[in-house]
Amino acid sequence: MGVKQLGIVGQSVKRRDGIGHVTGQTQYVDDVFYPGMLWLKMVRSPISRGIIHRIDTSKAEAFPGVVAVVTAKDVPNNWYTILCLIGVEPNDEPVLAHEEVMYMGEPICAIVAETEAIAAEAAGLVKLDIEELPPVLDMEFAISPDAPAIKKWGNNTFMYDGYNHRKLRFGDFEKAIQQADHVIEGDYSLSPIEHAPIETHCCVVKPEPDGRLTVHSNTQALYFTMDNTAIILQVPSQRLHMIGGTVGGGFGGKVDVITEPITCIAAMKTGRPVKWRWTREEEMRKSSTRAGVKMHYTDGVMNDGRIIARKVRSLEDAGAYHRHSPYGVQKHMANLPGPYTIPNVWVDAYCVYTNRQPSSAMRGFGVTEATFAVECQMERIARTIGIDSWEIRLINAYRNGQMRPVQKVVEDATLIETIQAAAELIGYELPAHLKAMSSDDYAGNGGHHG
Amino acid sequence: MAKHYGRGIAAVNYPTGMNLGGDPTQALIFCQPTGGFSVKLASTDLGQGLKTVIAQIAAETLGVPFDSVIVDTGDTDSAPHCMGTFASRATHRVGNAVIMAANEARKALMDVAADEMEAAPEDLVLENGEIYVKGAPERKTNVFNVALAAHFKYGKTISGRGIYLKQKSSLDPETGACDPDSTEAHATTVAEVEVDDETGEVKVLRLASAYEVGRQINPEMVKGQIVSGAVMGMSHALMETVFPYYPALDHHTYSFGEYIIPTALDIPEIESVVLEYPSSNGPYGVKGVGEMTANSPIPAIVNAIYDAVGVWVTDLPVTPEKVLRALEEKSLETH
Repeated sequence: MGVKQLGIVGQSVKRRDGIGHVTGQTQYVDDVFYPGMLWLKMVRSPISRGIIHRIDTSKAEAFPGVVAVVTAKDVPNNWYTILCLIGVEPNDEPVLAHEEVMYMGEPICAIVAETEAIAAEAAGLVKLDIEELPPVLDMEFAISPDAPAIKKWGNNTFMYDGYNHRKLRFGDFEKAIQQADHVIEGDYSLSPIEHAPIETHCCVVKPEPDGRLTVHSNTQALYFTMDNTAIILQVPSQRLHMIGGTVGGGFGGKVDVITEPITCIAAMKTGRPVKWRWTREEEMRKSSTRAGVKMHYTDGVMNDGRIIARKVRSLEDAGAYHRHSPYGVQKHMANLPGPYTIPNVWVDAYCVYTNRQPSSAMRGFGVTEATFAVECQMERIARTIGIDSWEIRLINAYRNGQMRPVQKVVEDATLIETIQAAAELIGYELPAHLKAMSSDDYAGNGGHHG
Repeated sequence: MAKHYGRGIAAVNYPTGMNLGGDPTQALIFCQPTGGFSVKLASTDLGQGLKTVIAQIAAETLGVPFDSVIVDTGDTDSAPHCMGTFASRATHRVGNAVIMAANEARKALMDVAADEMEAAPEDLVLENGEIYVKGAPERKTNVFNVALAAHFKYGKTISGRGIYLKQKSSLDPETGACDPDSTEAHATTVAEVEVDDETGEVKVLRLASAYEVGRQINPEMVKGQIVSGAVMGMSHALMETVFPYYPALDHHTYSFGEYIIPTALDIPEIESVVLEYPSSNGPYGVKGVGEMTANSPIPAIVNAIYDAVGVWVTDLPVTPEKVLRALEEKSLETH
């Protein structure tokens, strides 16, 4: 490639933290200990949906070695949503549940004790009186008129500028689909999955003599976590000193700001350092997952393989609360048409609430799901109308200078070049007319790569 | 009963940066008395190697040896704001902020060097920590001496501030029109599989990919992303779910005893080539490669299964049970 050679940039220098990681010498949050440190364990909802009538912590409080019990009353600003920092509203999630529970595993109260074992044992002594309600688990049911509204605003979808879904409208789908030689449909779905980092969530908070809190966190975003925590604690951010920066795997699972606020409150209430570390079961069953997603594609295709119309309906399962899903659905919407030039596009993307553990950010969320559907659909088109798998992609691939459905002109495109390079890598000889294609061969473009 | 070979392809794009933008990152750089440069970031290294590539970018821009650059991450008391490590943004955003800070620090360094050498700053050359007068290489000094002079003779700071922000795009609620990304990286993956029509098992034999990621800062670490992403994508395609009967809650997984992920024996042959078409706005032309490597294997594998046995299993994960049910349905249709 004709790329200007630089000095150290472009060199495969050895990664600086590699030896520390593979020899177990890197310090992670769970390696932090303070004298007099207390341990925290969470009491969680045993059911998917219900009304809380009573939380009786008296036996747990009386248990030898228990120092404090933290409930919703101890949380200065209990209702929050983490993306309030980029304007997402309303606040829809309690730090600790007190009126109702919305998913199995939802945090209700925290036990703070001299040892982790004592905290775990005392957590089992909290008596919960919760009236069970039928949970809403299926997205199609959740958006049907028969479903009970589980969200306070009266339905089960995120509201985008007054609409219950995000819209992408480009060209005239309805007209174009009538003119297509073939109409090809496909259903694509993904089940929730787990981030599975080697390091589970962990937070250690030490109250300092000057009144500040030192917060050791394995968040993927220190300032984001600090500012959200400050909002929940109702303290200026300057009272918090976040220390982190080395994380044993994130994959999007460590941007939800779940451990820090409660651990801070426990440290403030007891005046002692507190550690909260999650078990693998908590990591898998209580922390956010990747969303379950269901997509339906309807494509209008011409005999020569050109896709002239694409319509997508997508449902993304946010679980019980927003977390990062309203953002993820917007990113999803922009990527559902795929990296192809299609003149007529219609997308409806829904962020749907159900009574399951919330989904949130996970590596590529919004895009991963769209890419999976788009590329299976491209193959389905190729097989249905009898066009070569490489050719269907190359003739439809977006070119520099063309217009994407989000109405941004394509730049930096190299889809065609990677298709050609992959064919070469496996020793597949593309026909000459496909080899001659380039991301810069759109007549309306001046030639982006020169 | 037989094993069937199939091949599938998938071509993908991936946006760099937080959707719609509005996600700034800052960097500060200061010079120590003996010429070390400390880069202060509140960014997070998730294990992808951010600290290393940022040291490379800082050393390149400053013109000093790689080993003289210290990257300090992860403390809000000592470093300015970073939006976080997500959305394939860190190398792009942090890298751009570091280039801006390094250019400012480099200029301060060269101003002191110019005083010290009684030459105009624009006549000086800085290469790998050595400073000399253009056309007169015998008139030389180095960063060590200039840093000492700045601290103890001139009383001047050698430091720099940097920030990168893609301003937040609006989004039209009626049409979805928006500017979602800074740039787009691309990849094509070819999957080869073997499907056992008796057990429904899918074995991935090979994943071969061509990636285009702008410029590579550290090619071995890009390759590391491609290989590990291929395994994660394969796992997503064939193995992973916390709710095996989603949307039902039954058999909710709680440990790696039931939540099965690949181990060494599951790893197929993984090959890759990397193309470089520098982006217009990334540091030295970078595009984000962090997340996308787990994406392209998924549809490539599903398409390869279709190629092998002629059934579409498009509900992930593609378990042996789903493959067998699809094969059964297909045989009922044809009989």
